[in-house]
Amino acid sequence: MKNICAIVSKQIKDTLKNKAILIQFVMLPLIGAIFESTIKLENMPDNFFSEIFAAMHIGMAPLVAVSSIVAEEREKNTLRVLMMADVTPLQYMTGVGGYVWVLCMLGSAALGLSSKYSPEGLAGFLLVAAVGHLISIFIGAAVGMFSATQMTATSVGLPVAMVFAFLPMMAMFNSTIEKIARFTYTQQIKLFLARPEGDIISTEGIIVLAVSMLAALSAFIFAYKRNGLE
Amino acid sequence: MRTIHTEGIRKSFGKKEVLCGIDISIAEGEIFGLLGPSGAGKTTLIKILTGQLTPDSGSALVFGKNAAAMEGSDRRRIGIMMDNFGIYERLSCMDNLLLFAKLYRLPPAAAEKALAEVGLSEAAKREARKLSKGMRSRLQLARAFMTAPDILFLDEPTSGLDPSMADEIHELILKKKEEGCTVFLTTHNMAEAYKLCDRTALLNDGVIVECGNPAEICRRHDSRCEMHIRLRSGQEIVCPKDARSAETVAAYLREDAIETIHSTEPSLEAVFMALTGRKLM
Repeated sequence: MKNICAIVSKQIKDTLKNKAILIQFVMLPLIGAIFESTIKLENMPDNFFSEIFAAMHIGMAPLVAVSSIVAEEREKNTLRVLMMADVTPLQYMTGVGGYVWVLCMLGSAALGLSSKYSPEGLAGFLLVAAVGHLISIFIGAAVGMFSATQMTATSVGLPVAMVFAFLPMMAMFNSTIEKIARFTYTQQIKLFLARPEGDIISTEGIIVLAVSMLAALSAFIFAYKRNGLE
Repeated sequence: MRTIHTEGIRKSFGKKEVLCGIDISIAEGEIFGLLGPSGAGKTTLIKILTGQLTPDSGSALVFGKNAAAMEGSDRRRIGIMMDNFGIYERLSCMDNLLLFAKLYRLPPAAAEKALAEVGLSEAAKREARKLSKGMRSRLQLARAFMTAPDILFLDEPTSGLDPSMADEIHELILKKKEEGCTVFLTTHNMAEAYKLCDRTALLNDGVIVECGNPAEICRRHDSRCEMHIRLRSGQEIVCPKDARSAETVAAYLREDAIETIHSTEPSLEAVFMALTGRKLM
């Protein structure tokens, strides 16, 4: 536990000076909250922008942040030093992943609180956000482990994140994309958030989220077994 | 007592054999230098000795235990400074050390002490990315010193530093030796090896071609065994290193007639070149 706390403490100090990562946690929830509170169009449903930006935030922020952090540590050999100081890969991933998850959840919570959700709706919003962030963290960690440098992680991770982040928005305007997007966890999260108050998540949504979680976890394990953290 | 002992270490990467049967034995409190050109296998050997790599065959013992199976308590007894051992660029010097103080379960004062030891107290709050190369090396040394290790592994500790900075690092290494620390260092700088090391091994293409005290190695390979004496009169004399010459030299010394005396023993660089046909750099 002490090692995990040391990693989290290091990550807090590091992120405060790393604008490229810091902005990932703030940007989309902030834009979403501003749009939600300032733009009112005729027939626009409640929480319209919150739902879109929440899905984008879930698909993008954890994935880009974790892939960038892991790849930078690998590239600069700081991860090797940590491992030599008896930090286990599980402790490292728990520290970094947990830290990113908490920051992303804070962004989601801020977005949820600035929207017009009932207490139950907000709880559901946070629940799916929690699962979505976790899936993105696993994908990000896999991308980070496959990337030799931080630049590679960005050039691979960003397009992957953009696909997951922007598909839900594009699906609103194109039925073909909508059919494809249904297989992604971010679209299912968007659909869950847009459901009428009181409806529970669809079976399709549960299956897609579960399969996405399994696939992300498998990619993470495969990347770890193949490349390791160092 | 031997703190590091290897027997027949072999390591290959693909078809390239990097280490071809390395046997070394290092005593407690000794500074042992591994001297060789780039690509000779020095870093690979350090990685094996610190448990970062496992050899294909042979044994690498540190504190009498298999280096690859070193546990936390043993790892804390070694300090490592390697070029590829990164530091957190956006963290301050102090925060870099505090992280490892936490991981090693040391009090924060250990970080302060290590910074003071390498003369970086005034730069404690400065971000690592704003440090000069010499200061970065000292920060890496501070991290290696923090656990008060019994063995220090230093991979080219003064590479790329100017002579005055290199001298500062040398002083720190010699101070650690005085405290009883065993030092294993790699270098391609023969002057550094001559100045610091009790024993040196010359490594070429994964093979140790010579090993011993640097001065002894040079003497062993002095094929001419001569002295070149320049007298104040301008006369130059070449005489063999024997008892009869000693009388001649003593006579000149009594007359205060000698301007310079040079021995013909080769430098480590020349020995390496004679043995391998390669330059050290």
